[in-house]
Amino acid sequence: MAEAQNLPVGSTTAGAIAVAAEADSTVATRMSAPPSFDVADFPVPNGREEEWRFTPLERLRGLHDGTAVATGTGVKVDVQAPEGVTVETVGRDDARLGRAGTPVDRIAAQAYSAFEQASVVTVPKETALTEPIRIAVHGEGGTAFGHTVVELGAFAEAVVVIDHTGDAVLAANVDYVLGDGAKLTVVSVQDWDDKAVHVAQHNAVVGRDASFKSVVVTFGGDVVRLHPRVNYAGTGGEAELFGLYFTDKGQHQEHRLLVDHNEPHCKSNVVYKGALQGDDAHAVWIGDVLIEARAEGTDTYEMNRNLVLTDGARVDSVPNLEIETGEIVGAGHASATGRFDDEQLFYLMARGIPEYEARRLVVRGFFAELVQQIGVADIEERLLAKIDEELEASVA
Amino acid sequence: MATLEIRDLHVTVEADNATKEILKGVDLTVKQGETHAIMGPNGSGKSTLAYSLAGHPKYTITGGTVTLDGEDVIEMSVDERARAGLFLAMQYPVEVPGVSVSNFLRTSATAIRGEAPKLRTWVKEVKEAMERLNMDPSFAERNVNEGFSGGEKKRHEILQLELLKPKVAILDETDSGLDVDALRVVSEGVNRVRETGEVGTLLITHYTRILRYIKPDHVHVFAGGKIVESGGAELADKLENEGYEAYTKGGASA
Repeated sequence: MAEAQNLPVGSTTAGAIAVAAEADSTVATRMSAPPSFDVADFPVPNGREEEWRFTPLERLRGLHDGTAVATGTGVKVDVQAPEGVTVETVGRDDARLGRAGTPVDRIAAQAYSAFEQASVVTVPKETALTEPIRIAVHGEGGTAFGHTVVELGAFAEAVVVIDHTGDAVLAANVDYVLGDGAKLTVVSVQDWDDKAVHVAQHNAVVGRDASFKSVVVTFGGDVVRLHPRVNYAGTGGEAELFGLYFTDKGQHQEHRLLVDHNEPHCKSNVVYKGALQGDDAHAVWIGDVLIEARAEGTDTYEMNRNLVLTDGARVDSVPNLEIETGEIVGAGHASATGRFDDEQLFYLMARGIPEYEARRLVVRGFFAELVQQIGVADIEERLLAKIDEELEASVA
Repeated sequence: MATLEIRDLHVTVEADNATKEILKGVDLTVKQGETHAIMGPNGSGKSTLAYSLAGHPKYTITGGTVTLDGEDVIEMSVDERARAGLFLAMQYPVEVPGVSVSNFLRTSATAIRGEAPKLRTWVKEVKEAMERLNMDPSFAERNVNEGFSGGEKKRHEILQLELLKPKVAILDETDSGLDVDALRVVSEGVNRVRETGEVGTLLITHYTRILRYIKPDHVHVFAGGKIVESGGAELADKLENEGYEAYTKGGASA
């Protein structure tokens, strides 16, 4: 059920649970065009469309209207993989691209229509990695269109860390293909410089009895807009989608999720948490869960929590659950936006705790349970350090 | 011996685009080991006194002095006041989501004591203090004041009082909203702290009920933003029988 509490001025939270009577899902139909790999199938957005209404189009540096053109040295991609993993750079015609999902908006389709080379990372079946695969995506001030595929064979196990740093205008699609019984954890860190623009669609297809865990960590950039999406290729699949964002003064960070329960007896759990501070910090969270008619035995929950640290920040949070069958184990959602207010600060300080420490206590506490879910020690440490750094910047 | 001295304290608050004077010259001296009850009708400024002493930003001190052992309290920030030995048990403690009671207590004790308490003795100290207040151990893992009942919030305030060992404790309507059992448990907690002789207590209340459990050395009647009468415990008996009418009619302005 949707709940809302302590809503800061200027923020919205809305929830919907729809029981669809017809085959056409509103999750799909409220997009301005059906999914397509071809950018020409999407009209140039004007900002009034449902899927664009929160996004500052004028700050997308032309990614949405075709004026953005790839530059030679836009973004450097470096893949470090343990032994046994295959890393390839392939051309547009490689048959392994685009199997996990189809672009759902114009920028994802633009990326698919414009990329020249793709990275394909393959973990063979029954290979359990003990070290993470690390993909460093470093912006060097240019514009780029990317495509990455991570594929795990049956019963393979891997952790992948994708680390975005530097300055870039990047539109990309990332495919995660999980074979039967495979276990994949992906941590995508958006630690961009202040001017970066990053728009991407993450598609995961979860095989029979496979487990997919996605951790999306967004700190940097001018505009970051991500579409983490999951669907299932068989029964018994599990998806956990975790997200943390820290939205600063002037930043726009948008996470638009979809879990498509298209197979019976699958699970999903979505937890996104964000802290915001500073004027015109804007976080958008759209959480769509679709339980298709055939997806009996589905168990799903999604939650978004926001902590607003200062005046002038805005959150738009929209959980949306659409159910086409009643034969499910559970389905629920929650969204709440609260603020760290002067009374909390007073209470903690009245117990001797200095102001900076009080803020740190609250923000670290807010993120703690999610940070523990990451399971990659150096990323957890970096994240906590980053939170401290963000807070210090706000005090200074 | 620690002494809190309040001299001719004037405090204003901004409300409805107007500045309103709430405290109009409060004089009071609270010494370590003493218990002062401040009693008064609603709206007399009792809570304003409590929050002004703790340094709440809503209140502006426009005149007078407050010193703790000669140190100027008004110049101190909220956290400095707490570290100097002032404690305010709040009437409406706020929720702090995401911060567990155990983490909060330890962070606070570290700040007040100037060093982190040794983990083993600290855990024991907290456990025993919670037992004395009839608090379930699971309480420590809950988030500060989140979903606490009225009684739990007050116990949590008194738990902090016991652990932080201030020089001067201001208890703002700690008795309000408590049933008799909770009132007894909370009062016993306050009395344990008082019996150490280390704390000066300023007990702010509307009702005389709590004074059956916590015996004050001095009783002050607060009306119209200042103390209008002071006496011993017998003054509370008079208020019990006669109420505040004598102080609110005609006398001090509302």
